[in-house]
Order: sequence, then C-alpha cells, then structure tokens
Amino acid sequence: MAITIDEAVPGPATDDAPPARRRGGRGRMVVEVLLLTALAVAMLFPVLWMLETSIKENRDVYAVPAKFFGFDLTLDHYKDVFVARGGGRSDLSGSFLNSVVVAGASTVLATVLGVPAAWAYSRFTLKAKKDQLFFILSTRFMPPVVVVIPIFLMYRTLGLIDTKLGLVLIYAAFNVPFTIWMMKGFVDEVPAEYEDAAMLDGYTRLQAFWRVTLPLLVPGIAATAVFALIFSWNEFVFAVFLTSSQEVRTAPPAIAGLIGGTTVDWGLVAASAVVFAVPVLVFAYLVRKHLVAGVTLGAVRR
Amino acid sequence: MAGIEVTSLHKRYPDGTVAVEHVDLSIGDGELFVMLGPSGCGKTTTLRAMAGLERQTSGDIRIGDTLVNDLPPAERDIAMVFQFYALYPHLRTRDNLAFPLRAEGKPEKEVKERVAEVARMMQLERLLDRKPQRLSGGEQQRVALARALVRRPRAFLMDEPLTNLDAELRADVRTEIKHLQAELGTTMVYVTHDQVEAMSLGHRIAILNKGRVEQVGTPLEVYDRPASLFCAAFIGSPPMNLIEVEVADDALRGSGGLVLTPPAGLPRDRALVAGVRPEALEVTAPGADRTVPARVVSAEALGDEIIYVVDHGGASDVRVRMPPTVRFAADDRVGLRHSGGTPPVYDTSTEELVA
Repeated sequence: MAITIDEAVPGPATDDAPPARRRGGRGRMVVEVLLLTALAVAMLFPVLWMLETSIKENRDVYAVPAKFFGFDLTLDHYKDVFVARGGGRSDLSGSFLNSVVVAGASTVLATVLGVPAAWAYSRFTLKAKKDQLFFILSTRFMPPVVVVIPIFLMYRTLGLIDTKLGLVLIYAAFNVPFTIWMMKGFVDEVPAEYEDAAMLDGYTRLQAFWRVTLPLLVPGIAATAVFALIFSWNEFVFAVFLTSSQEVRTAPPAIAGLIGGTTVDWGLVAASAVVFAVPVLVFAYLVRKHLVAGVTLGAVRR
Repeated sequence: MAGIEVTSLHKRYPDGTVAVEHVDLSIGDGELFVMLGPSGCGKTTTLRAMAGLERQTSGDIRIGDTLVNDLPPAERDIAMVFQFYALYPHLRTRDNLAFPLRAEGKPEKEVKERVAEVARMMQLERLLDRKPQRLSGGEQQRVALARALVRRPRAFLMDEPLTNLDAELRADVRTEIKHLQAELGTTMVYVTHDQVEAMSLGHRIAILNKGRVEQVGTPLEVYDRPASLFCAAFIGSPPMNLIEVEVADDALRGSGGLVLTPPAGLPRDRALVAGVRPEALEVTAPGADRTVPARVVSAEALGDEIIYVVDHGGASDVRVRMPPTVRFAADDRVGLRHSGGTPPVYDTSTEELVA
C-alpha cells in the first residue's frame, strides 16, 4: 500500500543486477522493462495530464491537437482555486475548508470512540466477543451507497440534512468499525502484562491504559487515523446526497460541480484536483512505515 | 509483611470456562510458597486473583489481616514479577524502577535514593540509563525483580519468572531469588510448571490440577508421599512407577510378581496401585535373592546415573535408577527387586492415597 514503485519492483535492468535476475537472459529483462514501462505510463498518465493541465494557459488547455510540450506556464488556475474572480475567498476554498473540518472532526471522533473500544475488546473477556466483533465488521460488508436513501430520510427528520455535523457523524459511523478492528490488532501486540504491572505498581486500570498502553499505541493510532482521514476526505456519495448549500459542501462534490456547465474550466478542475490530492499524499507519506505495519500486522513475530 | 489466606476460591470466566474449581491455601508469613502444576491447572489464575488482576467468582482472599476481595491491585501492597518481565519499553531502567514509587507519589529525593539502593543491591548500576530493548534476558529479569523490590511490598508474587531464560541463567537467577527471599524474609508466592524449580525453591509446594489443590507439603513430603496418582505421576523425573498390586498374606504383590513392603491398614476389597520411585528398585544379576526375572528393554546412560527400562512381566515396564557402576545392555536377562521402604498405595478408582 505504501510501498513505492522502487521498492515493489526491480529497477531498470543494469549490468550490476544480481545474478538471479539474469537467469531469464537479456531478452526476458527487456520484456520486463517494457511491460513495466507500459504499466507505469498507463497508471501515471492521468496524473501527469492533470498536473500539466493545471499549469497550462487556457488556450493551450483547449488546443487541438493537444500540446504535451511547449505550452505556456501559468499559476492562474491555482489562484482561482483559492481566490474569487472579483477578489475575496473563492467558493472552492470554502469547500476545502469544509473538507478539512469534516474529515478532521470525524477522524477525531472515530479515534476517540474506537481506540478505547478496541482496547476493551482486546483486553477483557466478554460474552460473545467474537460475535460482537463480527457484527461490528459486518456493518462494513455492504456498500455504503445502499443506505443513502434511508439515511437521507433519517437526517431530514433529525434536521441533519445539509449540516457539517451530519457529515461528521456519518463518516465517524463508517470509521468507528474500521478503527476498532485495526486498533484491536495494535492493542493485541502490546502485552497486557504492562497494564497488569502498572496496576500492581499503584495505578488504576484506566491510568494504566493511559500511562503505559497509550504511549505504546501512538504509531498504531497514527496509522489508523490516517486511513480514517483519507476515507472521510475522499468520500463523495454521502456528501452529494446530504449537502446542498455552498456553506456546507465539501471539496469532492464541489470539484465535481465544476464540470457540467455550458463551458468547463478544465484548468480550474485540474488545479483543484491537485490541491485536493496533495494532503492525502503528504499524510500517507508521513506514516508510510506504520501503514505497512498496520497491513502486515501479525506477520512479524514479537 | 504478611501471610496470605485463600479460602474456597472459585473462578469462572464469562464464557463458561472454569479456571479455578476450588482452592484453599494458607501461606505463612515469610514463607516461600510454590504453586506447581501443568498449564491450565489454575495456578496462574489463583496468583492473579491474589494480585487483584482477576476478580474471583467466589471465595475470599486475605493478605495479612485484610480481606482484599474488593481492593484493586494498587491497594493490596504486593509486587509481582511476570513471565515476560513487563518492563515498560518506553522507559529507561531508572524510570522503570522509579515507576511504582512515583505512582505512590513519593518525593523525588526519596525516589532517587531508593532506586540507587535497589540498583546497588541487584547490581544494576551500569544499566540504569538503558531502555529494556538494550538489556539481555537475564538483565531484564533482574530489573523486573528490582522493580518488585523497590516498593518493599508485603508479599511478592512470581508468575513463572524464569521460563524465558536459558538453562544456565535460570539456575543462577533461581539461586538469587532464593537468597533474596531468605534475606528479606518477605512472603513469596511462586508459580511454576517446572518441578525442579519448585523442589529447589519452595519451603512448601502446592500441586494444582484441574483447578484444585492436589497436595500441599514440603518438597520431601511431596516427593516421598504424593497425595494422589496425579502428583505421583507429576513429580519426579522419571516419574514414579505405578504398579498394580494385590494384598496377599501380609505381602504386597505387584503384577509380574514383584514383592513390596506393605504399609499398614490396607483395604483388601479395592483395586490398588503402588507408587515406587525408580531409585527404590534395583536391577541385579539374574537369580539373585528376592528378585523376579526380568529383561532390560533400554538403558539411558546419563553420566551420573543410568535409567533402565525393565520388563518384568508386569502390566507395564518399570523404570529403575541405578548408579553408573552397574552396567547392563538392552535385552540382558536380569533380576529386579524392591529395595526401598513402604511405598505409597493408591486406590485406582478414587486416585487418592489410601496408605
């Protein structure tokens, strides 16, 4: 998941490649490199095109045939993302702010609820614990889209339609089961004896959790929170259905809304898409080690 | 310092597993008391109930004069050493040792003094600034012991503290624990599944099986007169030979014709089994006095002794411990005789000692 291309596949064939890689002969290496190059181009082309479009002058964006090279550079599109035409803040920047608030708040909520729950499931013998955990997991079995209409109706009754609180709650609801499951793995890895020892040393159970276990869980919490954050940040369907006003709308529906008028400002679409993607990339990069740890948990003997 | 009194302890988990069926123990002040048993016998659960880490389903636990049933671990004034040491990995040795003192809110000056004192006693001075990952297994165990000592608790609870050490180190730390306990005179409850540890450490040993106490006694009592067939089979390596016997004319005759000294007051109407230690049997040249004919099945030369497995026509082969000077090879014709005192005799249906 957080493995870079360099780590995941062998680099371009060179003469100092280890002998084992040569067993197939030079021909096989050439084929490998060609296939991987084709794959890389296919995967990366949309991203490159997005980056390119976001810095092209408008006339180059619409040029036929399309210009790969030799276009005029501009940062106007990025300016348009944040600043309205007549000056002041743009609508899009408001949406980005909404996204930050909603994704941040729902992640904090899911973590605050999910980490203690995971700890409890890991540490205590409970009646039908496996069934409870399976039930929690089962809430993630169906695609969330299925419940859009019932949730819409519920929210209308509760007055949560078109509120940030509504989005925070629904995203947290989706993230809590995930947080519990992922964190339970991390908590299982921390021997319960640390807490036992702390309790005998004079602390209550909660103090023991707080002083001994929690510090050891920080990497796991970071990894889990990033997953939750990415989910909330990227979520589109519920944002479209449950919000309508400019004041509440998050970035994904706002960016999608740029497409579909009589004219489409592709430069602006591309620039806002880049701005939208950057935070996720940065976070994933910062916690990349822990992301791998989270995914391969249990694979390494303690 | 205080003794520990356990009365009618019963522990059943919410999922229905019964870890402790019924345990009564009376541990004296200053005693080194060992709970011995196979895994799943309830010894660790009993210990954790004493510590307050498990709440018993029923029964009482007293430490000194205090009924501690409803006291959290922190208020029981006991220290525990764990199998995996449980040193806080994010703290240096110094802070690990200070942790229980800080929890009590002792002034920092006293914390420093007491840490220095215990570090000197356990020879940990040069390890004080290391974190647990940078300590060897033996060093970690010494830090864990020191952390238990630093609080000067009323009692120590030890949960298989030597299991994770290699054999050589284990003997050293065992001696150290015994020495420390004798010096401090603090009550210590020690849980282990290793009978060598139990025999060498304990003032008294309790043997547990399936959540019940099978026997409590000094190491020699437990060795000489196991209270049940389970204890007979559990203690000793190789374990006791369990020989089916019949009472006939004031003699005790085993299957295969082996004659044993009968204890007084044997019931005649029940199926009986005698427990004969391997060292209470003798392998001799064939036809010697008071022997039954037998054949050597295998011989394990251990250097200081030889363990012979011998077929004397009984229901099962017996094991005999002989000095290395007596040499027989497999398949040799030999004689077998009982040379020890009166063996303990068990009722096969109740599995209890009858005489």
